[in-house]
Parts: sequence; C-alpha cells; structure tokens
Amino acid sequence: MDILTELFTDYTLRTVALGAALLGISAGALGCFALLRRQSLLGDAISHAALPGIALAFLLTGSKSSLVLILGAGAVGWFGSVLIAALTRRTPITYDTALGILLSVFFGVGLVMLTFIQRMPDANQAGLDSFLFGQAAALMQRDIYVILAIGSVILLLTVAFWKEFKLISFDPDMAETLGLPVRALEHLLTGLFVAAIVIGLQTVGVVLMSALIVAPAAAARQWTNRLGVMVLLAAVFGAVSGVSGAVSSSMAPNLPTGPVIVVVVSMIVGASLLFAPNRGFVFRKIREWKSGRALRVDAVLVDLYTLASQHASADYPHSEQVLNVMSSMSGTAKRTLHLLKTLELAQPIDDQRWSLTPAGEERARRVIEEHYGGGA
Amino acid sequence: MTTDHAIPAEDLAIDVRDLTVAYREKPVLWDVDLQIPDGVLMAIVGPNGAGKTTFIKSVLGLNTPAAGSVLVHGKPYQKNRSQVAYVPQRGSVDWDFPTNVLDVVTMGVYGTIGWFRRPGAAQKAQAIKALAEVGMESLADRQISELSGGQQQRVFLARALVQDADIYLMDEPFQGVDATTERAIVELLRALRERGKTVVVVHHDLQTVPEYFDHVLLLNVRRIAAGPVEDVFTEENLRATYGGRVAFVSALMARKGE
Repeated sequence: MDILTELFTDYTLRTVALGAALLGISAGALGCFALLRRQSLLGDAISHAALPGIALAFLLTGSKSSLVLILGAGAVGWFGSVLIAALTRRTPITYDTALGILLSVFFGVGLVMLTFIQRMPDANQAGLDSFLFGQAAALMQRDIYVILAIGSVILLLTVAFWKEFKLISFDPDMAETLGLPVRALEHLLTGLFVAAIVIGLQTVGVVLMSALIVAPAAAARQWTNRLGVMVLLAAVFGAVSGVSGAVSSSMAPNLPTGPVIVVVVSMIVGASLLFAPNRGFVFRKIREWKSGRALRVDAVLVDLYTLASQHASADYPHSEQVLNVMSSMSGTAKRTLHLLKTLELAQPIDDQRWSLTPAGEERARRVIEEHYGGGA
Repeated sequence: MTTDHAIPAEDLAIDVRDLTVAYREKPVLWDVDLQIPDGVLMAIVGPNGAGKTTFIKSVLGLNTPAAGSVLVHGKPYQKNRSQVAYVPQRGSVDWDFPTNVLDVVTMGVYGTIGWFRRPGAAQKAQAIKALAEVGMESLADRQISELSGGQQQRVFLARALVQDADIYLMDEPFQGVDATTERAIVELLRALRERGKTVVVVHHDLQTVPEYFDHVLLLNVRRIAAGPVEDVFTEENLRATYGGRVAFVSALMARKGE
C-alpha cells in the first residue's frame, strides 16, 4: 500500500525512481523533436541497433559497468543512424525500408552475440539479457549517476540550441539560407537522441525504449500548440511513466520494466487522443455535433421564415409536417423545433403548428443575409 | 544576351554561370547563365519540370550543382549570404507545427542574433513591423495551423522582410492565394523595388508577367531567353519555352496585343 512512503524512505526504490524520472524527462523532450521531424521510428531503429553495441562493449572490456555498456550502445546506435542516412541518400532504398533493414539486422546480430556471451565459461556474463526488456531493480547508485550526468547534458544542450533545433525541425532549407550549420546541428540533435535512448536501455530495454521516446511526445502534442509547452509536457509524461514502470517492476519480482512503462504511457496517450481540448477526439465530436445542431436550427428557422414571408406577418404559424417536407435534413424537424423553443426562437401555437418569435425572426433574417447574400 | 556581360560583376545582384544540375544522371538544369541586374523585378517562367525551383535552390546553395558558379554582388554566395532572403513554396513546411505567426516571422532574425540567444523585444518589434507590411499584424498570436493559404504565404513574406536583405528569391508566392493576397503581394513587390531591392519570383501565370514584372527569365532546363520583359517576352521565345502548346501561346499573345 505505502508505495509513496517507501518511495521517500526506501533507498533503493528512491534511487530507481530518480533514474527512471530522469531518463523519462530526456526521452520525452528529445522525442518531441523526433516526432516533429517525422523521425519517430528512428528511435526504434537506434535502440535495437544498440544491442550489439552492448554485447561488443562487454566482449571487449569484460566489464558490466553501465558507463562502458552505454558507450558501446551509443557508438553502435550512432553508427546505425549514420548508416540509415547513408542508405537513404546514396542508394534507391527509401527511408522506411532502411529503418526496417537496419533494425532487424542489428537486433539479430545483437541476439546472436548475447547467446554467444551466455555460453562463455565465465560467471560474470549474467544479467546482460535484462537489456532486452529492462530491469529497473538492477539499477545501482553509480548507474543513476551516469543517467544523471548524461541526462543533464542532454537537457542543457537542448535548451542551449533551442531556436536552432526548432528552426531545423520546422524549415531546414530556411536554416541553411540563414547560414546555420544545418548538417552539424542535425548531427548534434541525432547525437542527443542517441544519448537519450542509450541511458534508458538498462531500465526500459532495447525492445520497448522507443515507446518512451515517441509516446510522451505524441500525447503532449495533443494538449498544446506551443513547442515549449509540448516539450515540458512530454518530459512530465515521460517521467511519470518511467517512475511508475520502474517502481512497480521493482516491487513485483520478475516484472520487466519496459512493458510496464509501455502500459502506463499507452494510457496517457489514449487519454490524450480522446480528451485533449481542441485536438482530442471527444471534443472534436462535440464541436462537430454542436455546429451540426446550429446548422439544423438555422435551416428550420429559415424554413419557418420563408413560409411566413408568404403571409402577412412573420410570425404566421405553420405545421410540423410542412417543415418536415421542407427540411432537407434527414429525420424530423420535431427535435429541432423543441430546441428552438428552448432557445426562445420559435413557439408552438397549438400541438401541431409553430411560429417564429421576434428573436427567431431576427436570427433568420441574419442567417439569410449571411448565407444567401440577402437575396431571399 | 551580350549586353548582360557588359555590366561589371559587382553591379549585378546575381551572376550565375554555367549552372548544371542533375538528379540521378538526368539533367534538370543545363548550362544556365543568368545575369540579374540590381533593382529589377524578375519573373522566372517555364513549364512544369523546367527546373525553376531547382534554379532558385541552386542559387541558394540548397542543392549541389554538377557544375557552375553563383556570385552575389560579385562575391560567392556563401560570402554574401546575408544579402539574400528566401521565400520557399508554401507547401514545403508542416503548417501543423506547434508554433504561432509571430514566432515563424521571428525566425527571420535567427541568423543574426547569434548562438545561445533568444529573440528579444527588439526582434519581436521587427517581426511585428514586417507583419504590418503584409497586413497580418492582427494575426501575430494566431496558431499557424489556423491560417488560410494566402495568410501562410504572407507569413513567409514577412519572415523574409525581417531578414532585411537586398535580394529576395521567391518560389511561387502567388500559388493558390486569393485575390486580396495577390494584390497585397504585388504591392509588396513594387514597394521592394522602390526601395532598390532585387526580387526574383518563380511565376506560373504568363498573363500577368508584363503587368507585374520588368524582367523575365524563360527557362526550360536550358535558358531560352532572359532580359527586359518588352524585349524577350515574345511569342517566338514562349513557343521555344513551352514547346508544342502553340495555341495557348498564340492566344496569350493575341490578348497581349490588345
């Protein structure tokens, strides 16, 4: 029950939560740029490509220190991103194909290397396979320091090059004509992206790390139209999912962290897609329904007005049936008429016939002027 | 054409020599020479696929030509880059990007405010002034995803104005804009010329060329003709540029003769 109390008192748990929060923040923030540059899948390719890097670093050094493994993962992940760019530019292979090839080839090689390492007659090799799905509970104090250091550098550079990153994401050609070193900036951004991915590999795992990159950004985009707010929100979403995933997997034995994080972040994305104002599905539907209703109201008002204009007074009553026939909308005018009554635009004369109120007459005249140029 | 070469290089706004660009071995531009004098309002016309956009992008160093050189006021483009402002095609960016009108226009000064600095009040004021020039100051806080096509175009123009350049290269600014915006852009082009600026515009509507511009480049992979509109905007040159579409050219010329 007292997860919260433990979070603040249990040393291990606090360490794990802090690490997960930091990597959630950097992954979420960098993910925004990836999303806006339409490179969301690049994160997936890089994280999978990093697996042979982890194995290679271990084979070369025999060390399982997270700094060594992160450097290996980073080097090979970066190499993978360069390879994708080169394949796209220099061969007829398209970007998505290059991503697909690289992801599967590097991941396959990584799995072969892991199997090889596990068969080595050395007791030290155990635990590397937790890089597949992540094991937050295995995080040590010094791992957290590594995440803290790299995460701070990522955030610092993102803030420092904010306007340049924004410009190369929105309009790279424009950036070029202003004399900005666009290539170098793109390399820097990709480098930060790789860094944000590799610091999460131990906690989240190579298979699902891209979720922590893409999902918070996609959710954040729903809530705001400003880049700054979007990056902040994505960082918060990333931190929340990172911490809840890491903490719950630490509490339950053998529960891998990556999948739990994905479950949490999916709920955030789902809620954002549905309920965000403006861009959310629910509010969009409500808006559509409201504007549809306004259209129906206006249509019936105009019908009533047109009918009445054939008589001496504008409030001359007409029966529902006539309106049903006139109404080009499907269904009956009854519901709309009752709505008109609530809005005090029309009133029933008896149980069949309706007439416009002065307010309804006024509005009908305005609608006709707007939509029919006053000709009716 | 021979008269162009008589002008000293530093009096030419842009001096393009032997420009050749190829995509996957297919030539898009072939050996194009163009001398653009200072202070002219020049249209670049030609059929689809003639290389008009490629030409502008090559001048701006946005693609790698197979051969050729570009001088801006007598110096390589890279040295005089700040004298040139670019108005790309409207469709070249994602208008759903999370930002507003003022922010996009302010991007025009990113080249001059330096690293690690944010645009301040002075830059914002510049941006507002440029927005006022295109009649958009009331929309400064508007989300860019909510703009109409004409408004998007005017935002791009304002962004170029903020750069305070001598030379403006515009890629189809009249594409898909309403009549109000078209008039506003024409007025802006004339105002720029009055201030001594050089403006080069990729243009699609042949009928308005004599009305809007004083110089024209007829382009179809090769340079067909270039110079003052009254000299080179002839039926013969248009036929050479547009090939078989003779009827359409004759109709245009008949109207021009009226």
